[in-house]
Amino acid sequence: MLMSFYDVIQEYDKFALNREIQKADTEDVKRALSKESLLIQDFAVLVSPAASLCLEEMAKKAQHITLQHFGKAVVLYAPIYLANYCVNHCVYCGFNSKNILSRRKLSLDELSREAESLSQRGIKHILLLTGESRKHSPVRYIENCVREAGKYFSSISLEVYPLEEDDYRMLAETGADGLTVYQEIYDRDVYAVMHPAGPKKNYRFRLDTPERGCRGGMRSVGIGALLGLGDWRTEAFYTALHAYYLTKKYPDVEISVSLPRMRPHAGSFPVQCPVNDKEFVQIMLAFRLLLPHIGITISTRERADFRDNLIGLGVTRMSAGSVTEVGGYSNKRGDGQFEVSDERSVEEIRQMLYRKGYQPVFKDWQYI
Amino acid sequence: MTEDKLIIGGISLKNRLFIGSGKYSSNALIPQIIEKSGVHVVTVAVRRVDPGVKEENVLNYIPEGCILMPNTSGARNAEEAVRLARLARAMGCGNWIKIEVISDTKYLLPDNQETLKATEILAKEGFTVLPYMSPELMTARRLYNAGAAAVMPLGAPIGTNKGLKTKELIKIMIDEIDLPIIVDAGIGKPSEAAEAMELGAAAVLVNTAIAAAGNPVGMAEAFSLAVMAGRKAFLSGAGAVREYAEASSPLTGFLYAKE
Repeated sequence: MLMSFYDVIQEYDKFALNREIQKADTEDVKRALSKESLLIQDFAVLVSPAASLCLEEMAKKAQHITLQHFGKAVVLYAPIYLANYCVNHCVYCGFNSKNILSRRKLSLDELSREAESLSQRGIKHILLLTGESRKHSPVRYIENCVREAGKYFSSISLEVYPLEEDDYRMLAETGADGLTVYQEIYDRDVYAVMHPAGPKKNYRFRLDTPERGCRGGMRSVGIGALLGLGDWRTEAFYTALHAYYLTKKYPDVEISVSLPRMRPHAGSFPVQCPVNDKEFVQIMLAFRLLLPHIGITISTRERADFRDNLIGLGVTRMSAGSVTEVGGYSNKRGDGQFEVSDERSVEEIRQMLYRKGYQPVFKDWQYI
Repeated sequence: MTEDKLIIGGISLKNRLFIGSGKYSSNALIPQIIEKSGVHVVTVAVRRVDPGVKEENVLNYIPEGCILMPNTSGARNAEEAVRLARLARAMGCGNWIKIEVISDTKYLLPDNQETLKATEILAKEGFTVLPYMSPELMTARRLYNAGAAAVMPLGAPIGTNKGLKTKELIKIMIDEIDLPIIVDAGIGKPSEAAEAMELGAAAVLVNTAIAAAGNPVGMAEAFSLAVMAGRKAFLSGAGAVREYAEASSPLTGFLYAKE
């Protein structure tokens, strides 16, 4: 079998890694900040307690790098929840199969109505999501949805259950250009506790999913850890290691990271390791400094004022006017995966970006 | 002396500064920049063009009389570049195409081999092809044979503002290739644009250094002036650079003393 990220992460013992992170001092931080290109070891320094005292310096450099690589522009997108049927038991998730909520999936006609409603608001880039249910949302269904959505949007990304390389190849040929798959938690022990049953229990299959997407011809692949499930410093490090690995191995794929932070949802699972705003910003800046060219996505899980303040510091993509209920754009029904904290409309986000001196970019890819 | 003209694709260009369009805080800056700096050629990523909207459609901000140079940014191979180019033509973006084929998302360095393939195909289809490339003489020769209208070597990786790091290679291309050499990418300051022009570059393309400036309109004007100054210097024939001071009594004067 080909080497995969699984083999790479095995080499990092979490206790040793944590010691490494904890022992970094201010001099180490300064040294990392003075480098033109950083190594993965520098990332450990940048998520250290010592670096939390250097946020302003980190922010200045991150802002400069972001401006050089991406200019004064932020790409906007919105999610469409296709179905919330799920066979997994992720203890933290609103779609957990044990949660009692109204389950449904969009028919192609309903998807078309959702797409129309969303595209009228100006959205061109969408993210199609499903829960994990091969019975309710088989690959064939996803393929049909991609084709239908292609009539309305210029870029289609998928956030669906992990598939095989050939499935990704077929979906890319159908018109999907991006894939998002969060490992949720890289710490294997905690992963096992959080995913007690269902196919998602398979840590390795999920871990190797982004790579299958890269090989399957996806133009962009997004990864992330769900912040709040485990120790954020080591989780951020593993995510960075994963992104670093993918960018080296698949230089033609645009790798991006998301920083999903846990929000309240149906089932009310208490957040295990809360990440505060300062820590969140530290993680984001560390990503930008290590990987100047990658995309960083911030969703509407975050508060409006907080999101606004992050612009310029590294964010390249933001969701706008998001609804996380199945069928929620054309009519409100069903339960969402998480509660949206930034409830502003697409137009309000657009105006906010202009006010902050940034150009909202609705179209940054063209299906060819 | 004959008039100094830069003719590409049968069009006589009024300004040797080309600009980008993708990094501004607002598209509304583009017409202001063009008005102040007199820029004649603007490149636009086909992937960003959205004819369906008004305010965010970059094409609505490019004044009449300007030459639109769509680019194939996002293409990872020749095939994708060709498809984007055809799409640009179908969208009414004209006949010019700047080929960008990049399969390295980290440094955004162009893939010369795929760029050459795309150039061969698109030149045959009647496009005015301006390939963006890593400066390399043999590829430049092949691009010439493939029918490129100009070649666009990078001065440094895109967005880095590092200046003319590839100067020696660009100089060789200017000397050897019978096409306009347009330095694209990496130029961070007007002085560096002037330097490229002094070397004999036909034009320069600047994006990040203008878009990321505190005052993009002012910076574009500064670049335009620098490009004109550099061109004038090139045409006027700069004095040779000397390593040592010129001795007023020649060291070999004794050889001629009796003559």
